[in-house]
Amino acid sequence: MLKVNGIDVFYGDVQVLWDVSFHVGEGEVVALIGTNGAGKSTTLRTISGLLRPRKGTVEFLGERLDQIPPYRIIELGLAHVPEARRLFPEMTVEENLEMGALKPAAKARRAESLERVYSRFPRLKERRRQLAGTLSGGEQQMLAIGRGLMSLPRMILFDEPSLGLAPLLVEEVFNVVNDIRRDGVTVLIVEQNVRQTLAVADRAYVLETGRIVREGTGSELLDDEEVRKAYLGV
Amino acid sequence: MASAAQTLGRYRTAAAVVVGLAVIPLVPGLNSSYVLHMLILMLMWSVIGMAWNLLGGYCGQVSFGHAAFFGLGAYTGGILYYHLGWSAWWGLPVGMVVVALGALGVGYICLRLRGPYFALGTLAMGEVLRVTAENLEWLTEGTRGIMLETRTWVAKEPFYYVILAIAVASFVVLEVMVRSKWGYYFVAIREDQDAAESLGIDTTLYKNIALVVSAVLTGVAGAFYTCYMGYIDPEIVFALHDVSIVAIMVVMVGGVATRWGPLVGAVIMILLSEVVRTLPYIGRAHQTLFGILLIVIIIFLPNGVVGDFRKMMRFFLGRSKPAGAGGV
Repeated sequence: MLKVNGIDVFYGDVQVLWDVSFHVGEGEVVALIGTNGAGKSTTLRTISGLLRPRKGTVEFLGERLDQIPPYRIIELGLAHVPEARRLFPEMTVEENLEMGALKPAAKARRAESLERVYSRFPRLKERRRQLAGTLSGGEQQMLAIGRGLMSLPRMILFDEPSLGLAPLLVEEVFNVVNDIRRDGVTVLIVEQNVRQTLAVADRAYVLETGRIVREGTGSELLDDEEVRKAYLGV
Repeated sequence: MASAAQTLGRYRTAAAVVVGLAVIPLVPGLNSSYVLHMLILMLMWSVIGMAWNLLGGYCGQVSFGHAAFFGLGAYTGGILYYHLGWSAWWGLPVGMVVVALGALGVGYICLRLRGPYFALGTLAMGEVLRVTAENLEWLTEGTRGIMLETRTWVAKEPFYYVILAIAVASFVVLEVMVRSKWGYYFVAIREDQDAAESLGIDTTLYKNIALVVSAVLTGVAGAFYTCYMGYIDPEIVFALHDVSIVAIMVVMVGGVATRWGPLVGAVIMILLSEVVRTLPYIGRAHQTLFGILLIVIIIFLPNGVVGDFRKMMRFFLGRSKPAGAGGV
């Protein structure tokens, strides 16, 4: 479904990604793990078109994402739940959700999607008239995920959804990821929370200083001696 | 969703304001040419403020160069008059086209910059145009400026109604835009441009729309200025402190991203500058006093007079009143 082929990405003259390749199949949950500065977010920003690779390609359902403007990517069915939520704090919860359904196909079914999001996240329904900036961290994350779902995506990119959340809420976020997969939506998730991510992921790639150094199924990597030592501290 | 009755209610204030403004020249005592001159300036500045508010307030692209558009509009009228012998009023329609093109040029260069860099880019644009106008003497007469030999009317009333019509039209255009889905796009861009882009908003397109509309309205005010004052030079119409900065102050004082902020801000600023300028001894320091006022407002009324109206009322009426009491 998503194919990243040998991308090199630079910030100015500084190379951040080196020949990164991976793929995500339809219906899979794939994780990209690594420490701070490994290039996880850079990879996602390249997929969503905010950065352009100097070498290599990004393909989604056969379309070259690295050649179309970022605002068109969502029309292809690829939604992005960005790092640190990136909500519109001065808009209400409901307005934020509505902003998720801008493409015509999603707009036509907006009321229905809104109901679905509200039934999955009842808290958001209670607070629909509240400004997004006044929500708690966990609620904001749910809103960001809800906004992503409003576009009726075929695939969702999650950028560190557990960032800054209490352990109980982290668990809830991973439950949501599981639900989304059960609804047939493909997921690419970028995380530092390695243990829980590997537990939900079908497959995972390990990024280190801008290169993919390991790949395998979630359970393989959980058992991998190096991964355990580097990321789980055991 | 607002029902028809709610919509009517919402614009009752607007209708009352327009009617009130329209009858002022008929009221004895208020129709002196001095009062009308003040009102004309207030309305002109409220147009510029409304225009700036669209780009800076709603879309979040803070411009320090709106003098560029004001000056382009003003000089379009001036040049048509001086070189072709047309009426300077042609500056309004022709200026709209010229300013729209100019704004696309400014946008092409500046809108790829973000935040403070955009502000600096527009600031530079305004200055570039001022220096250009000063030196392009075959076209602009340079620092000698352009003077209209006769103004269309001696009386103030016709000018007053023209600028009132421009202000009402600007208000309606902006109100329609801001209440439409475009308004949401603008706010989304202000709040988080990357998130807006990733949700499928062509941020380049909508930033350009906000810029062009904002610039065109400012240009119309500039063209009106030429006709009304009858004299322009680059120092006046491309002025950084007297146009670009004042445009920002009008909105900051009145209330950023509020419906009535620009009008309220324009009224306050014009009154204040009149009062301060006539003060003995310190009158010459009115620029300094303005700067101090701006700092005070940013600290105590960060949302402007309109945005922090309740806060202000609480301050003046005592603190016992609960925050939720009464709508504004």
